[in-house]
Amino acid sequence: MSATLATISYIGATILFILSLGGLSHPESSRRGNLYGMIGMAIAVLATVFGPHVTLSGIGWIVGAMAVGAAIGMYAARTVQMTQMPELVALMHSLVGLAACLVGFANYIDPAASANLSHAEKVIHEIEIYVGILIGAVTFSGSVIAFGKLSGKIGGKPLTLPGRHWMNLTGLLVVIYFGGVFINTQTVADGMTPLIVMTVIALLFGIHMVMAIGGADMPVVVSMLNSYSGWAAAATGFMLNNDLLIVTGALVGSSGAILSYIMCKAMNRGFVSVIAGGFGSEGAMPAAKTDGTEPVGEVTPISATETGELLREAKNVIIVPGYGMAVAQAQHTVYEITKHLREKGVNVRFGIHPVAGRMPGHMNVLLAEAKVPYDIVMEMDELNEDFPTTDVAMVIGANDIVNPGAQDDPSSPIAGMPVLEVWKAKTSIVMKRSMASGYAGVDNPLFYKENNRMLFGDAKKMLDEVLVALKS
Amino acid sequence: MPLKIGVPREIFSGEKRVATVPEVVEKLIKLGFTVAVESGAGDLANFSDEVYRAAGAEIIQGTAKLWADSDIVFKVRGPTTDEVGLMHEGQTLVSFIWPAQNPDLMKQLAAKKVTVLAIDSLPRMLSRAQKMDALTSQAGVAGYRAVIEAANAFGRFFNGQITAAGKVPPAKIFIAGAGVAGLAAIGTAAGLGAIVRANDTRAEVADQVVSLGGEFVKVDYEEEGSGGGGYAKVMSEGFQQAQREMYAKQAREVDIIITTALIPGKPAPRLITAEMVKSMKPGSVIVDMAAEQGGNCELTEPGQVVVKHGVTIVGYTDLVSRLAKQSSTLYASNLFRLSEELCKTKDGIINVNMEDDAIRGLTIIKNGEVTWPPPAPKLPAAPAAAKPAAAPAAAKGKGHGHGQASAPASATRTTVMFGIAALAFWFIGANAPAAFLSHFTVFILACFVGYMVVWNVTPALHTPLMSVTNAISSIIAIGALVQIAPPGEVRLDDWIRGLAVVGIVLTSINMFGGFAVTQRMLAMFRK
Repeated sequence: MSATLATISYIGATILFILSLGGLSHPESSRRGNLYGMIGMAIAVLATVFGPHVTLSGIGWIVGAMAVGAAIGMYAARTVQMTQMPELVALMHSLVGLAACLVGFANYIDPAASANLSHAEKVIHEIEIYVGILIGAVTFSGSVIAFGKLSGKIGGKPLTLPGRHWMNLTGLLVVIYFGGVFINTQTVADGMTPLIVMTVIALLFGIHMVMAIGGADMPVVVSMLNSYSGWAAAATGFMLNNDLLIVTGALVGSSGAILSYIMCKAMNRGFVSVIAGGFGSEGAMPAAKTDGTEPVGEVTPISATETGELLREAKNVIIVPGYGMAVAQAQHTVYEITKHLREKGVNVRFGIHPVAGRMPGHMNVLLAEAKVPYDIVMEMDELNEDFPTTDVAMVIGANDIVNPGAQDDPSSPIAGMPVLEVWKAKTSIVMKRSMASGYAGVDNPLFYKENNRMLFGDAKKMLDEVLVALKS
Repeated sequence: MPLKIGVPREIFSGEKRVATVPEVVEKLIKLGFTVAVESGAGDLANFSDEVYRAAGAEIIQGTAKLWADSDIVFKVRGPTTDEVGLMHEGQTLVSFIWPAQNPDLMKQLAAKKVTVLAIDSLPRMLSRAQKMDALTSQAGVAGYRAVIEAANAFGRFFNGQITAAGKVPPAKIFIAGAGVAGLAAIGTAAGLGAIVRANDTRAEVADQVVSLGGEFVKVDYEEEGSGGGGYAKVMSEGFQQAQREMYAKQAREVDIIITTALIPGKPAPRLITAEMVKSMKPGSVIVDMAAEQGGNCELTEPGQVVVKHGVTIVGYTDLVSRLAKQSSTLYASNLFRLSEELCKTKDGIINVNMEDDAIRGLTIIKNGEVTWPPPAPKLPAAPAAAKPAAAPAAAKGKGHGHGQASAPASATRTTVMFGIAALAFWFIGANAPAAFLSHFTVFILACFVGYMVVWNVTPALHTPLMSVTNAISSIIAIGALVQIAPPGEVRLDDWIRGLAVVGIVLTSINMFGGFAVTQRMLAMFRK
């Protein structure tokens, strides 16, 4: 295959990737979109393998390596639980990051890659290698930590070291300094030291960055790492003078950046403050506690049987799921209840907050897994106005996203965050294991509202009982 | 020594309610009190002496003995001069009093050195106090009964029906005032199938009207009518003019009007003039729930049902008593909740804790000392102050989700951003070699394409978006592929090859896994 043919194939692959993302604008077209992505990837890989840069002697290696990777990947994709999607995605980001590092190092020690370059070109090329490895390393270690946090192997609490902003700043300065050293070295052996030092700092920075972020901010982190993995690919593309890599990296990078932006917006928080980490640990909490805005009133518990009765008599029901539903694996029971109520002519809908769960769209995937039709699963903005005409709003394992304090209490740490206004429904039922506060550490005045009922217990177990009560 | 709660028979003419019911007697006894009920107290509300006795109450013959024996007296209507005469020092009275309207009664009570808790003086804004709010519970009963009275006097169905003989149109009901009574009336009338319209000077109740199945009719005039404490205030002349026009229009259109407009301490506002009554269809009904305070309708005769210009005007002042069993039960429950607050120790001893906002508001006389009116409650100030702060926050929240909804950045900010971008581009253009620039062009354009495409992704598919972009980002495999066996001189650098092989393994995990899991997810989304 000639060089021009390979380039044309790359253009085709680029278009297919764009179509693939475009297809996700609607569930109907999304499956075809994914297919476009696969075809694009196949074309890109084949064009490369049979293109001018790979000789036949490498085919064996390539086939072997890809077979191993494919087997692992397919196995993981088949066995993963939908509730574990955030972990899987985080883990996959780490692979991209690591691969970017490896490619960067391999490229650096390859003498052919930098031969025939003018001085200016060589400097640019080395900057590209340096930046590519930097982003790759941060993505790798950050994603590994995110994986650990999401899968519960590492505690969800933000780790706030004293002077952590200074540590990060120092790290950045050291990285820039060694960047200067790296560019000015003449031989590969000389350049290796600053490169490795930088890699280690980048790895530590990635670990530190994600460790400092609390559990509820995970959606931002996951989408941010998604973005980083794209930028790492783009940097690799610059390094290899490969436009396909650049385009694809830029697509992925901007996609992740937009998701992070949406997530931050949904929590009414600045991107920088999320990344700086340590939610609820700086000043906000004591302020909220001392100015006497603690909710007053009584919490009214309710039994699963009574919940069933309430649902049976309702005409309009909105279910608001949160991470608690994922933890309890309750989505299938939720679907059973939904199905039962819909057969009785009850208008059941789901209200999804953008940051519900641990990654963007997490709840949608879980509900889809449980066969809930996607046309009754609504975004927050689509049904927030409908709560006053809703008979029962059922909150399953969510807390901060239904906190009226975000609207009523300007001193609340989550003030201004858009929330689902479940308290406007005739009755709201909150399913929760205990009265403990949510990730933001903020007390929820909803629990004390007169029209609110608390259904304490494990979401799955309670919903099973509700279902039994409904059917009886 | 536990205190004794005494419940006398109501002597006010037409009053059928009683201040406690058997089922609450049991609860009061559990709180540690002993309960005495005057013989015959519950007769008119269908609670016999036997039932009270079975619930654990002592039945006392004779009003004087009951008042003498009791430490605490629960009543519905405020005491008459005779009843005040029966009271003794140190006694506690819980009842409706209306201290503002009854200064003489206040003086008499104070002279007796008693403690008086006026259930009508409860600070209603306290959410904690709602369970004790007898005004609300009684108004709800009255609102319900008003609709029933209207149905009784009205000659047609409330709901529209299609019968074999033809179509029956639904009744149209207009409810003036959407307070507790008005809302109860709206709910009841809508439940019976009527078309319900309602109006209130407080614009914020519109949502509540709609939620109960009513339609909110606006007065075509801008003025906010909340007078604090959940009541309306007196409105300006211009507003009243516009309001009269609206009422006149409704009077011509509807079959039934139920008026509930009250302003505390003032005669009821005249909303329905004789002209309006004349303009109504023959057979129409007006239920004037404000009859006791003079009536919202000019032609109302308090306590009577009259027919004027072919319109039946119901002016009953005892709507609550006409549902005596229900209203007594609710009132008794309110008093029980109050008793719980007074007797937190559950030993039958009350503690009139003046530090407690709710109790402070209720207590109008303490041991002969007039403590009414209470100091201004702290609470209503807080929500009023919080409102402006919350409103912009809520408005801000609306902008989330989609790009087109976010407000355009300010002009200065845009200028600065463009300036910075121009500088950066100039720097790159001045220093970078040509080969880099062509890649850079591609990069920038791709970022914009990505931006445009990704904003179109439906939020429901954000997780598949992440997994598919993740799969696509394994395009980095190309970087590893080209290093494994490049053409030209045969390299023996195992390091490079080793790194490249590992890179390929890693990226293919991602590539295959990512697409496969995306496919699996997308297959689950169905209608």
